[in-house]
Amino acid sequence: MEIPRHWRLKHQRYSLIGEVCPHCEARIFPPRDVCPRCGQEAKQTFTFSGRGTVYSFTTIYEAPAGFVESAPYTVALIKLEEGPLVTAQLTDLGDQPVEIGMPVEMVTRRLRQDGDERGIILYGYKFRPVLAR
Amino acid sequence: MSDVVVAGIGQIAVGEHWEIPLRSLAVRAMLAAMKDAGGLRPQALYVGNALASILSHQAHLGNLLADYGGLAGIEAATVEAGDASGGAALRQAYLAVKSGMVEVALVVGVEKFTDVVGAGVESALTTLTDADFEAEQGLTPAAQAALLARRYQHEYRLPPEALAGFAITAHANAVHNPYAMYRRAISLQTYQQAALVCDPLNLFDLAPDGDGAAALLLTRRERLPDDYPQPLVRILASAAAVDTLALHDRVNPLEFAALRQATEQALRKAGLERDQIDLLEYHDSASIYAALSLEASGFAERGAGWRLAAEGEIGRNGRIPCATLGGLKARGHPLGASGVYQAVEAVLQLRGQAGANQIPGARYAMIQSLSGPASCAVVHLLERFA
Repeated sequence: MEIPRHWRLKHQRYSLIGEVCPHCEARIFPPRDVCPRCGQEAKQTFTFSGRGTVYSFTTIYEAPAGFVESAPYTVALIKLEEGPLVTAQLTDLGDQPVEIGMPVEMVTRRLRQDGDERGIILYGYKFRPVLAR
Repeated sequence: MSDVVVAGIGQIAVGEHWEIPLRSLAVRAMLAAMKDAGGLRPQALYVGNALASILSHQAHLGNLLADYGGLAGIEAATVEAGDASGGAALRQAYLAVKSGMVEVALVVGVEKFTDVVGAGVESALTTLTDADFEAEQGLTPAAQAALLARRYQHEYRLPPEALAGFAITAHANAVHNPYAMYRRAISLQTYQQAALVCDPLNLFDLAPDGDGAAALLLTRRERLPDDYPQPLVRILASAAAVDTLALHDRVNPLEFAALRQATEQALRKAGLERDQIDLLEYHDSASIYAALSLEASGFAERGAGWRLAAEGEIGRNGRIPCATLGGLKARGHPLGASGVYQAVEAVLQLRGQAGANQIPGARYAMIQSLSGPASCAVVHLLERFA
């Protein structure tokens, strides 16, 4: 597995750090060099709250290599409360049925495992139903 | 400027060709296209392919296929635009001939799936998504389609079988296409009983992976020999656009903005209205993509694309016949070759060579080659010379 490729994304994967456009204040995730809303340069970091709602979801049975042991798993588009959509797995669902509009929050979980026993384990964001407080 | 004509077409049946290597799939289609054109020889070869580097450990297909096609000495390169690679390769050949820089150009779309089975195929397919922010979350192209289908059904409060008409139409049309992968008609009941692949999408909502190759020979009209053997078809317009690669980066994921832009451009360049189009070869890699394509390209109102299929309007006798020889769903979807198959099928219709599936008097055909959820859209308009 390619270690530098994952290491350099640690701020996004572990902390949901994106950007805020200094020109139009759009919240951007994942970070990119050009603001998708106003087209100007964007490089000011912004940490997302990790709260959002389910925009859509599906279950994957035929998984790609690295995810086969996790199948079946639920992947969703999450509408973050600051605006952007993000692709992520849902976790900690228990018996709870998933619904569009369901409030969710970010947690850190294992994403996948290299088949090699000396390989790295990839961690990153997933989303779970908001817990009753 | 002079007309660019499709002088020759060639294709092989889509299927699981365990015994045929990638290079032979492509060369068979290339030779068929050259023969169909009465023996014209190309000066350039454009290859549409998406996954050979991964599935067959073979890059540099332009070189390999020109070599094995007996064309060493000409120029050749691969065009990659995900599953729109075939449409994108056709566009490059069109630009080359239209500009006058190339007299005769050969396009071949080829994809070889059966060198790998199981999770390796899914892994290769995920490279067509955003590697860092989609694929690493375990998302697959089929799941992208499912996410859109679920949202579509939610926003428009549709019944579960709303998208069934796309597969039923495609399968009915493939029955008489000897090059199709699945030549059996299906009923609504068959559709309803199919296994879920990515809920809410079932087996019949998703086009099957298949090995395949199709080819086109393009040239300028005046370059055709006097004894040119085929009815004449020209490329009236070509247009392309890209959207965000990742689905999550779109303001409205159900919009298919790139396809809307490319379709409008193509119609404007051709000076045509939508109601003049006699047939549409859309990119039905997923039933939901067919519905959203009809909406984005203005053949249906937003939220009403599925109705055209449910009400028989995309059938051979409908308002806008689609997937007339089976589409990606039933002819099969050899990724980078699919856009070229679409063009071959459109040419058959315009020449009047589509057999039992002939759209009577077809004059204008639109072809839409997409990658994933219209991340890339390439649109061509073809015309039969009156």
